Amino acid sequence: MLNYIIRRIFQSVVVLLIVGLVAFSMFRFVGDPIDNMLGQERTQADIERLRAQLGLDQPFPVQYWRFLENAVQGNFGVSYRQGRPVAEIIAERAPATLELAAVSGLFAIVIGIVLGVFTAIRRDGWASNVIMTGSLIGVSLPTFLIGILLIYVFSVELDLLPSFGRGDVVDVGGWSTGFLTASGLKALVLPAITLGLYQMTLIMRLVRAEMLEVLRQDYINFARARGLSERVVNFRHALKNTLVPVITVTGLQLGSIIAFAIITETVFQWPGVGLLFINAIQFVDIPVMAAYLMLISVMFVGINLLVDLLYVAIDPRLRGEGNTT
Amino acid sequence: MWINCLTMAAALLAATAPTVDAEALRWARAGDSLTLDPHAQNEGPTSALAHQIMEPLVLRDMTGNIVPALATEWGPSENDPNVWVFKLREGVKFHDGAEFDSEDAVFSFNRAMTPESDFKTLLASVKEVRAPERHVFEIVTDGPNPIMPANLTNIFIIDKGWAQANNAVKVQDYGGGENTYAARNANGTGPYRLVSREPDTRTVLTVNEDYWGKDEFPMEVTEIVYTPIMNGATRVAALLSGEVDFIQDVPVQDIARVAGSDGLDVRTALQNRVIFFGMNVGDDDLATDDVDGRNPFADIRVRQAINIAIKRDAIKKIVMRGQSQPAGVIMPPFVNGWTEALDQAPDPDIGAARALMAEAGYGDGFAIRLNCPNDRYINDESICRASVAMLAQIGIVVKMEALPKAQHFPLINNLKTDFYLLGWGVQTYDSEHIFNFLVHSRDEKYGSWNGTRFRDAGLDARIEALATEIDLAKRDRMIAEIWQVVQDEQIYIPIHHQVLNWGMRSNIRTIVASDDTAKFKYFSFD
Repeated sequence: MLNYIIRRIFQSVVVLLIVGLVAFSMFRFVGDPIDNMLGQERTQADIERLRAQLGLDQPFPVQYWRFLENAVQGNFGVSYRQGRPVAEIIAERAPATLELAAVSGLFAIVIGIVLGVFTAIRRDGWASNVIMTGSLIGVSLPTFLIGILLIYVFSVELDLLPSFGRGDVVDVGGWSTGFLTASGLKALVLPAITLGLYQMTLIMRLVRAEMLEVLRQDYINFARARGLSERVVNFRHALKNTLVPVITVTGLQLGSIIAFAIITETVFQWPGVGLLFINAIQFVDIPVMAAYLMLISVMFVGINLLVDLLYVAIDPRLRGEGNTT
Repeated sequence: MWINCLTMAAALLAATAPTVDAEALRWARAGDSLTLDPHAQNEGPTSALAHQIMEPLVLRDMTGNIVPALATEWGPSENDPNVWVFKLREGVKFHDGAEFDSEDAVFSFNRAMTPESDFKTLLASVKEVRAPERHVFEIVTDGPNPIMPANLTNIFIIDKGWAQANNAVKVQDYGGGENTYAARNANGTGPYRLVSREPDTRTVLTVNEDYWGKDEFPMEVTEIVYTPIMNGATRVAALLSGEVDFIQDVPVQDIARVAGSDGLDVRTALQNRVIFFGMNVGDDDLATDDVDGRNPFADIRVRQAINIAIKRDAIKKIVMRGQSQPAGVIMPPFVNGWTEALDQAPDPDIGAARALMAEAGYGDGFAIRLNCPNDRYINDESICRASVAMLAQIGIVVKMEALPKAQHFPLINNLKTDFYLLGWGVQTYDSEHIFNFLVHSRDEKYGSWNGTRFRDAGLDARIEALATEIDLAKRDRMIAEIWQVVQDEQIYIPIHHQVLNWGMRSNIRTIVASDDTAKFKYFSFD
């Protein structure tokens, strides 16, 4: 087991280094930050001075090496756009994204599983058909459009929920949370639905398909024959056996919830790291882009590692390695 | 929560002093200020926020006139034409209570002239600044500078003692250093003080009760909550739902929607920004065309043909939905040197354009690449697309390449494009600014935005002479002569002047400033 974990961690580090290398080689195609950093009234001499000062005149392996050197020491540099340390900015923005991701992830899992089970059990009911048809909207409409649509219905027409921002936040030990104020909670509703809708429908369809598969199995028939109640059959025996693929997908989707938050955050002006990243791209804020991409890849690699370990915990068959029978 | 408290406090204040109409204003625009350091970024939204908190010696009011701020009177010295003398306002206090005097002005100007400052080009002619008296400030230039005050309208004054105490003497330095106090804090003399700021999220300002101009200006906005909202549709939705009171950039497709809503207005004004095409007129051959051994743009007849093939009215009507003013010169109408005759857009004439092309030996046309930004100017990519169709009519096959500004501008700076779209705003409101950056041939100091490869040593000398010509009437004649060359040579193809659209609650009383900078001390409510 320990051997396995060490091997996986080593693989993860290699993946991170490669991601960093690819990211860095891409930055030159994003554009030149110098133009944004110097105003309209700049001379050729200014451009060259700043380029040398930032080390942008160096070949990219040198730039990458410098970044790694500093990053290992926890120094991600100073944002070209805001002139503040990148680590400070990301720490300031992370709570917004993580809270949004947590709420929309929870929304996607709970509603997704409930609706998935429901549509599997009542396969031919009219409600199931309505839900299944409706779920097509969730998978086929782009996030951007769903967000704008929700804003126009719930903010402009009905005047129920805010159209942008996080509302009032409370600072709890350096973590700014929107969970403790009414306006903070209200502000979470539309972005969380927008961000989680796709994942919700995905989980729902997955749970439904798995359930239908499992419900056909012999052991379910045996359970029914034993006279167990429908509830026990459906939830204890059937649902539990659908969970392995659901956990895999959910785990990977949690990563993409955070990564795809970029679009939702832009639509709702949600002050998280996704919006920070979009602003960084427009400005060619290389230190912020580099730190964000590394962070996201650390997260994806970490989640994958965690999912692999969870498998082992949930599925006894995978624990076979090393057992002597 | 505390915002509610403050609003209540403001309401209470209004109740006790019924003559004062006090109100909070929630303000949104696409971008946030990049930094509170007043000398680090010479950029629209950054200066706009700074103008509420800090003040220059002189500033432009909402109509664009230069008016007193921290200086009450100014003029060239009687003894020495190389010196400008500013009489400073007395009894002005910074927000932290420190007194403002000429030492602060000297400190701030020296700070703005350091290599890290983004304003040093505006002060390039300054040799020295000095403080002969407590409330007299002098600028010594390396030759007479007739338009000095126009360069000073965004040079903000900060307190010397405050900067020294907080390790903020140096302008924000990207190269390393964690010293960013001035980027996050502000201590000015302006009409509003900073209450709180979360970059990209929310900035709260409250009225400065001790402001020197409290009785001089309306000052009816007592609280400003500034939120950047990047997405145009969300910004409009926030205005429609009443979550913000004032948005600075209404997308052209939403103007009708906002203007048609009860209680909301869209107010428009011509912006200080002109949009145009530039061409490589200097090289012998182009890398981006299909003509071997020749440069079609080097032939003035081709440039003239393009100029009369562009249907500016059609671009205005279809691409801009009426929100532009066709241009005949690459100079916004507020700028010194502008005349109606220069700005007269030519009538499109496809027949004449074809004849010019044939005369130049390009009767069968040629192919060329056009570089275009897609996130910088209003509908920039669509302007280019419309022009592609217009130029096809005279045989020019344009291959368009639209890129984000971060990739488009380096093409111009590194001379990697032969045909490009560019826009220009004139911060000093004087033609010299345009000549220095767009017409003068490219070298270390001048022509940094001139991508045309146009070179004329004689013209360069005339442009440089403008900087020290103290006889304003003569200087204006020189400007007119230089414009004549620019127009005759047809180095650029002007397209239009952009129009600003400010959306706001109907009871807000303000005019639209052509530099897109709202100065809230001038705002009032009905």
